[in-house]
Amino acid sequence: MRIDAKDFDRVESGRIAVLRDLAFSLEPGSFTCLIGPSGCGKTTTLRIMLGLDRDFRGEVRPPSHDARIAAVFQEPRLLPWRTVEQNVRLALPKNATPDLDTLFETLGLSSMRSSYPEELSLGLARRVALARAFAIDPDVLLLDEPFVSLDEATAKRMRALLLRLWRGRGVTVLMVTHNVREAVALADRLLLIDGRPAHLTGDVPLPLPQEMRTPEHMATLLDDLGKTYPDTLQS
Amino acid sequence: MDPDVVAETAEAEETRRTSRRYRRVPTSLLSLALFFLTWTVAAWWAHDPDVPTPFAVAAFMAREAANGDLFYHLSITLARVAAAFVVSMAVGTAIGLAMGQWREIDRWLDPWLILLINMPALVLIVLCYIWIGLSEAAAITAVALNKTPNVVITLREGARALDPKLAEMARVYRFSRLALVRDVMLPQLQPYIAAASRSGLALIWKIVLVVELLGRSNGVGFQIHLYFQLFDVTAILGYAFAFVAVMIAIEYMLVQPLETRLTRWRAKPA
Repeated sequence: MRIDAKDFDRVESGRIAVLRDLAFSLEPGSFTCLIGPSGCGKTTTLRIMLGLDRDFRGEVRPPSHDARIAAVFQEPRLLPWRTVEQNVRLALPKNATPDLDTLFETLGLSSMRSSYPEELSLGLARRVALARAFAIDPDVLLLDEPFVSLDEATAKRMRALLLRLWRGRGVTVLMVTHNVREAVALADRLLLIDGRPAHLTGDVPLPLPQEMRTPEHMATLLDDLGKTYPDTLQS
Repeated sequence: MDPDVVAETAEAEETRRTSRRYRRVPTSLLSLALFFLTWTVAAWWAHDPDVPTPFAVAAFMAREAANGDLFYHLSITLARVAAAFVVSMAVGTAIGLAMGQWREIDRWLDPWLILLINMPALVLIVLCYIWIGLSEAAAITAVALNKTPNVVITLREGARALDPKLAEMARVYRFSRLALVRDVMLPQLQPYIAAASRSGLALIWKIVLVVELLGRSNGVGFQIHLYFQLFDVTAILGYAFAFVAVMIAIEYMLVQPLETRLTRWRAKPA
């Protein structure tokens, strides 16, 4: 994936440069977090990767031309007039026969399959969005701050679910977040972007098994990161 | 939320809605009774064949129903209403969606739309009869031309209100064209289509009567024309009420149940 330049038309006049020379590739089966301050162009990067924004110079190369790409957006983006199960089934490719029973079970959605999204809390709706993404058995999963504005307990449970699903299926994950703590807890690689126009400011491998991510270890890690990238990670 | 709680809330909501509906019925019946009472008193007071009582009108309707005339003319008019409705909804929806989605098309067609919507119904009808001939096709075309701009304007708003976020979701998950229309777009357009149909039915049947009066030899409009020449107010009211009754039946037996079914996903009634 390589973005040479991405500009936005400004409302008043002229164009504003958003991204410059942003290039990276994702190892198959890896879990990468894209971190940067709010409004720096993380979501734009994701939209370009999803093919939702074609007004840029550069190239996005999927792992194969029929690779399945799933996305979890900032909002759940469920169809309110379809039930939970219909929402998941509509996203399935033709002839796919995923084990939805197990998936709903894992995500704690078994009793809500015939509920409508408006009957669900935000946390539950987010879980449905996650179920939809995993149901298509994607090669690449892109997530855009999927746990923002959830209470910490729910967010924690959902992170654990994401890790469980990721490990079980060998999918390549790229998650956008501005929460460094979250990124350090989940990812095996961090990509930091910052600046205007935004570019890569850091590429940090975190080859650390989950069981070693103890609170003390992570505190040291966060401290080190904060010292190395003071501008990108002020928070 | 616990699913049991969800089900319970939904049940309570349903009960509340039903009881509200039942409480409304006596009021509307009373109001209707008051209307007929006023009419009866006025007719009795006027004591003029030009102001018949509701009973005289009802008796006329029963007579016409018995000899089959009423149903013959009602069904002819209803068929024309249905044909014009289908044509204007189909054409109007297609044009409206195109105008709502592509700004260039909107810019091109908007002046035509304004021209058409401001054209008097009578002029359109007369021109259709002159250019196409005194035929069924001309009658339907004239009515459809009158209604289509309305549908276009309503559906253009609907197309503009389509949620781009859901469209993006559908694109990422590679929805088929069918699924995109059936599961993503149509449910969002449903209120706009319902609004266009509602106002459409009422408008169309009024115009159909004018079309029948001017150039057809059957239908409710033709009958009213006939009885106008005879100055028979009882017959005129009889035919008018018969058709209003049909339209009310369509509203309550077809349009409203359908709408309830289509919006059952909504947590609260709009």
